Amino acid sequence: MKKSTSIICFVLVLLIIFGLAYTAAFGFTVGDYLVPSALDEENGIRRGLDLVGGSVITFEAQVDDSISSDELAQGMDTCVSMLRERLDDLGYLEAQLTQQGDRRIRVEIPSISDPEEAVQKLGATAQLQFIDADGNVVITGADIERAAAAYGKINDYTAEQNYVALTLNSDAVKAFSETTRKYSTADNMAAGKNYISIVLDGVVKSAPSFTEQLNTANLSITVGNDPDECRWLANIISAGALPFSLKDIELRSVGPVLGERALESCITAGGIGLLLVMLFMLIFYRVPGLLADIILVGYVALVALILSIFRINLSLPGIAGVVLSIGMAVDANVVIFERIREELRAGKSIKSSITAGFSRAFAAILDSNITTIIAAVVLYYFGTGTIKGFAITFFIGIVVSMFTAIFVTRLMLKLSVGMGLTNSKAYGV
Amino acid sequence: MLEKIRFNIVEKRKIFFIISLCIIAAGIIGFIAMGFNLDIDFIGGTTMHIDMHKAFDNQMRDDINAVVTDVMGEKASSIQKTGSSGTEVIIKTKELSTEQRDAIFEGIKEKYGLDDSDRLMVDNVSPAVGKDLSRSAFISCALAVLLMLIYITIRFEFLTGLSAVICLMHDALVMLTIYVLFRLPMGLNFIAAILTILGYSINATIIIFDRVRENMKLLRRSGFAEVINVSIWQTLTRSINTSLTTLMVIVVLYILGVPTIKDFAFPIIVGIIAGTYSSVFISGNIWYVLRKKFNSVK
Repeated sequence: MKKSTSIICFVLVLLIIFGLAYTAAFGFTVGDYLVPSALDEENGIRRGLDLVGGSVITFEAQVDDSISSDELAQGMDTCVSMLRERLDDLGYLEAQLTQQGDRRIRVEIPSISDPEEAVQKLGATAQLQFIDADGNVVITGADIERAAAAYGKINDYTAEQNYVALTLNSDAVKAFSETTRKYSTADNMAAGKNYISIVLDGVVKSAPSFTEQLNTANLSITVGNDPDECRWLANIISAGALPFSLKDIELRSVGPVLGERALESCITAGGIGLLLVMLFMLIFYRVPGLLADIILVGYVALVALILSIFRINLSLPGIAGVVLSIGMAVDANVVIFERIREELRAGKSIKSSITAGFSRAFAAILDSNITTIIAAVVLYYFGTGTIKGFAITFFIGIVVSMFTAIFVTRLMLKLSVGMGLTNSKAYGV
Repeated sequence: MLEKIRFNIVEKRKIFFIISLCIIAAGIIGFIAMGFNLDIDFIGGTTMHIDMHKAFDNQMRDDINAVVTDVMGEKASSIQKTGSSGTEVIIKTKELSTEQRDAIFEGIKEKYGLDDSDRLMVDNVSPAVGKDLSRSAFISCALAVLLMLIYITIRFEFLTGLSAVICLMHDALVMLTIYVLFRLPMGLNFIAAILTILGYSINATIIIFDRVRENMKLLRRSGFAEVINVSIWQTLTRSINTSLTTLMVIVVLYILGVPTIKDFAFPIIVGIIAGTYSSVFISGNIWYVLRKKFNSVK
């Protein structure tokens, strides 16, 4: 290759690498096609909940093993769609729901300040029961035709307040009428049995008493005086009870403050670490070190763009994976440079040293990286949540570093020799 | 090249084996005496990280314990100071229900005039989930090692793979030792750290074994011991440099990171040192010992 061609090619490679770095940092637009910056909050790398703050709640259906798999699957579908409704109702429109295994549901809610409220409201079975003094269930949630939040006087003796107004279906009206007749007899009233408990998910919400047979379709429930609470209760009673009760078996919640702090510290650490590695490579390997540094910039940009374009969720362990892979990314270069040095010391020319060094280093790079990739893939396949996040960035990191070492490093070394940089001192011997 | 070699790593192998065995023995003794400090990820439980906006002291510990005892009937398993300004606490308890967690936070919030956003982190894991994690961690480690063994056997020979795997076990045991002796909480991060080190250490070992593979053809007349020794020395600069660059980033991460990151970075730092040590001083020697035993080489 002629010297001028080498220079032109070298400049081209440089331009491509810095173009990548520029795109990763600031984004890039060609006509209608837009590549967003990897740092863009909206369209760049998707930040995990541990970086922006948020909660991951895992619910497990409490069912016994006698349930058939069809029934379970159907029930789970109902649960998922009901949870979706509840999330929307609570205003968590960006929440994500996924079913895990046959009886678990994972709920991810970004930017949430009170995770416990979400756990309680999402996990509420919303099983409503009216129970008489002897423990018989008179009315259930399924008997409710309509439930609505209301404001006003429940009866002549109370002040105006928020409550939930219920409309019963005809069967329930009959049952209620029968119960009130039975328990409003003189001896039952004397025994203090003339009341009915209104129970929601096993908790008695109120226990109003009566003194005569009541023949009405309209009942009310009081739950404190909070209008939001009443509206929420009315909604979940209307939606009906979950097919089975859900237990929150796992909650991982990070407040926005901590998330932001974690992200900042990781970015700073990554930047400083990167600079240290670049300095080390430059001092130790001189010209090849400088090339490795340029390639490292391209490497970081490429990893950032891949994460961004494929919308990979970057969590805290994921960042650790990226940072770790920066350290390991130079490994392939180190292996190659060491081999080239050996060839140079053995008295070969720069050009043949580079060719020989590469071909000798290739097997080592391939074998060592494939074994590491095996670990990353297994980790991804069997890991859960956070571990998966780490595995995927680690995997991308290793694959990209192998690619840059095998193709880009070789190209740039050859070009720099073509440009006339053939003094072996420049190669650190 | 050969005259530059100062001492023979293969000849002195017993020293290195003894060093490793001592470390692992210390770990085993520590384990028998203290056991593992299993985190909630494995055994289930609740962790709350709260910003108290006030320096942590014994009074605060008592206040928090009073609230916790009020809600769950017993004291918290641990209350730890954390954060750069020392105003944050991490409270660990047995698994609590959402109502109990809420009650504890509300109690502390009221006492110290906090805000909802001061609840920096809440983790709650039920024991069942912990059991699943232990199982999947075990399966993934075993499977990763098995697949590596198969790959190395294909590319080298079975004894090479076996040596590499023994090396990995060495690294895992050294890391476990560090966890036991420093009473580090073992959770999700532990699994990620161990698997990272398995990947990292096998990488270093393979680079050395690759050199041995190559030198076996070049140095036909030398004994296997010499080939290994030469190969280790030839790859030494690479072993050191790669460890240095990786350590640089991970140490910075440890220094600047938030507690979760620190928990992850520390075992990796230890693992990288152990992994480098085992690749250089243990892996080749084990291969030599195994080959001598099964293939009767010089």
